[in-house]
Amino acid sequence: MVGALVSVVPLAQGDGFFRERDEADCVQSNDTVCLDWALDNADRYVSPTLEHLLLVGVSVAAGLVIALGLSVLSHRRRWLMPAFLATTGVIYTIPSIALFLLLLPISGRGTTTALIALTLYTLQIIYRNIVTGLANVPDAAKDAGRGMGMTDRQLFWRVEMPLAVPEIIAGLRIATVSTVAIATLAVFAGAGGLGDVIYTEGVQAGVFKTAIVVGSAIAIAMAIAFDVVYIGAQRLLSPWRQVRPV
Amino acid sequence: MSVSAFNPQASVFDSFSGAVDFIFSPRDEVGVGGEVGGLGQVAEFLWTHVWISALALAVAVALTLPIGVYLGHRGSGELLAVAIGNAGRAIPELALIALMIAFVGVGVLNVTIALLILGIPPILTNAFVGIRQVDRDAVEAARGVGMTEFEVIARVELPLAVPTIMGGVRTAAIAIIATATIAPLAGVLTLGDFILNFNVYGDDGLLAGAILVALLALVVELLLAGLQRLLTPRGVMLQREAARAAA
Amino acid sequence: MEVGTAARQEAGEALSVEFREATKRYPGADRDAVERLSLEIPAGDICVLVGPSGCGKTTAMRMANRMVEITEGDIVIGDRSVRDRSPAELRREIGYVIQQIGLFPHRTIAQNIATVPGLIGWDRARAEARAIELLELIGLEPELGERYPAQLSGGQQQRVGVARALAANPGVMLMDEPFGAVDPINRERLQNEFLRLQADLGKTILFVTHDIDEAIKMGDRIAVMRIGGRLAQYATPAELLMAPADGFVEDFVGADRALKRLALMRVSDIDLWQAPLAHVGQATGEVRAKLHGAEVPYALAIDSERRPLGWLSDADLRQETVPARPDTSPDPVLDERDVMRDALSDLLQAETRYAPVVDGEGRIAGVLSVEIISEFLTSDEALTEEHSAAERPLG
Ligand SMILES: Nc1ncnc2c1ncn2[C@@H]1O[C@H](COP(=O)(O)OP(=O)(O)O)[C@@H](O)[C@H]1O
Ligand SMILES: [Mg+2]
Repeated sequence: MVGALVSVVPLAQGDGFFRERDEADCVQSNDTVCLDWALDNADRYVSPTLEHLLLVGVSVAAGLVIALGLSVLSHRRRWLMPAFLATTGVIYTIPSIALFLLLLPISGRGTTTALIALTLYTLQIIYRNIVTGLANVPDAAKDAGRGMGMTDRQLFWRVEMPLAVPEIIAGLRIATVSTVAIATLAVFAGAGGLGDVIYTEGVQAGVFKTAIVVGSAIAIAMAIAFDVVYIGAQRLLSPWRQVRPV
Repeated sequence: MSVSAFNPQASVFDSFSGAVDFIFSPRDEVGVGGEVGGLGQVAEFLWTHVWISALALAVAVALTLPIGVYLGHRGSGELLAVAIGNAGRAIPELALIALMIAFVGVGVLNVTIALLILGIPPILTNAFVGIRQVDRDAVEAARGVGMTEFEVIARVELPLAVPTIMGGVRTAAIAIIATATIAPLAGVLTLGDFILNFNVYGDDGLLAGAILVALLALVVELLLAGLQRLLTPRGVMLQREAARAAA
Repeated sequence: MEVGTAARQEAGEALSVEFREATKRYPGADRDAVERLSLEIPAGDICVLVGPSGCGKTTAMRMANRMVEITEGDIVIGDRSVRDRSPAELRREIGYVIQQIGLFPHRTIAQNIATVPGLIGWDRARAEARAIELLELIGLEPELGERYPAQLSGGQQQRVGVARALAANPGVMLMDEPFGAVDPINRERLQNEFLRLQADLGKTILFVTHDIDEAIKMGDRIAVMRIGGRLAQYATPAELLMAPADGFVEDFVGADRALKRLALMRVSDIDLWQAPLAHVGQATGEVRAKLHGAEVPYALAIDSERRPLGWLSDADLRQETVPARPDTSPDPVLDERDVMRDALSDLLQAETRYAPVVDGEGRIAGVLSVEIISEFLTSDEALTEEHSAAERPLG
């Protein structure tokens, strides 16, 4: 609440905490971003950042595994696909903060709830991309594979899945970058992460500008870093897409 | 702190029925003071949530759609459209609101602007991509029968791009509604107030807020999906169905 | 394409294929897509399934490797019913080529070719060696093995499709409009290359096309099918052209079926005309005397080996003796082993009515004229009598 935003920075009160007086002044007055202070206190951002990375890494990995499982199922039984798409779509529509809180009575406060919610989110993007990737596999390649005596399983793992890799990575890329952003809200499920820096240390602690800026900057930098990594992975894992057609 | 401890003893059913109760009947505030919850307060917060979201979405569409369509029609600015789309995903909604509170200020106008900024990327990218993906042969044929560029856009490209464009609008709408949930941080009392002020509304209020926000998002999604069906030409619908059946 | 040792090392034994009242009805369809089809294809032959679009050719062909399940009847390959085989195992023993080729975009050309060897458990070195061998066989540089399909031209991709089907050395090949997506010039080249390859490989081939000209060119035997997958006629190309079984086949083969027969004949199969011959140095008076009442109204100068030198013009004939270099070139000079259709095309292209025909040693054997061909085409003989020497042209 705005009313509660009195400018008190409880963390800035211990004595001997700051190396230089003017850094502490900067924090006290809170009318600009205290970059020097942030750098001197860099260690206080390490564990939120690691928590954040963990939330993103685990939920995207779990999302990939579950989405792959769903796609194997819906590949064998086509009628499952609309059901899966609709279900993951509905979950994706629920605003993330609401989803975190809806899970509280079920899985309690903490990292587990956050991971469940974030994983559910990634499902929609990853599953939809796998489905698209599989649908884009040329019919002729599938027919030829079958005609040469590949079993359904061989066709799936040797032809269809590898050809869907570019779309799958594109999906992972979107899912990961979105999850980096959404995971800031995990603070409302009591799961820490960079949301702790932005919200608890920033907004709640009298709108402490430095925390808000630093937390946001780390989150955005993390998203960009993931994006770059995925572009590299894309190149590496789909060499046939890199060639120039005649 | 406005985060709930949630009583681990309470059953899931009790929690949700408490939340439903909170929605329908007012009760005493958790701390000191007046009454909270009940349909009256729910309606008040819901109304704020809806109108501020609708306003932000409308302005975002009005500002962005023409630009996206124009760029798509010209086939230029692809990098810009894609980059803005990517950037939109990378900026946390919490960070956007927090930065706004810290550096711009609170209040209805600021929140509306923050929300509409959030709506821009998906609308721009999808408008660009949607127009770009329209079969070039259809566009050439339209020019061939003597349509002006404006007519090409209005009669050929826009109708054919409806599904993709509406996809962008839906994404934007959901992002705006989701972010409007944390608008109470900036002094605009939406349904999110139930969530963010645990000290006032308690566990039941928190869960009630989550349920209401989720329902609102789903209803809006359904309405926009219906609108999309209305706007999509029948031929395009049939084509998409055929493609789906073949897949 | 050079057919080297690789082709001769092919050991896959060609097997006969027999359709026994094979019938297919798709679920929900109210009539058979293929109805009681019976065909015997001797080992090592090319059997072409031809007919209008939608008549059931593809369905019939795909029943042979169980890409389509047989509803009733049977297909026997060698002496084993396909119904007793596991589909995957059966398919690995049958080459499969389709119009859209279906190369795997994510695998290199060599990996594509080595698909079936990989499936049946060859070790990598053997599969790789086989891929290189096949690249040579189809006339592509072995370096192309490292490329991806997107880096090859359409014609090259189609060749790779054939090589991939040959990789595990199948005795039987199924080819569904394999050259259908290629431009006419490349199609002709691919057809010729394939026929030369087949001359060495001797596979049993089931070849589907909707193009009667391709069927006549490629087939040892042709099965003409009508809508509903019913067999209208099963015959050699010559029989088909001479004696269409009914009105449907006659229409399908076309009003120009006599013309098509030219594709099956060699120049030596027809009675040639004779032109007055003039040896170099001979008195022109003798030559002029021979011109009266001759079948060909021009005299042809020949050398001491009886090789044609050229046609004598009026100016040539006004000289004392026959010159060594007549005014008019003898071209086009045809070989009596040429396919008649090509000979006609040479004549028309050169815009000349007469062309000398020579034997294997280049000696004059007679003169072919447009009139001879047109007389042949309008005679009953063209449509009824079997020409003894009508063997299939090889390119
Ligand atoms: N998978 C299928 N399911 C149902 N009907 C099919 C299927 N494939 C082909 N048909 C029908 O069977 C008939 C024969 O088709 P096809 O064998 O492809 O003919 P062709 O190869 O001679 O053009 C057509 O009427 C076609 O519509
Ligand atoms: Mg066919």
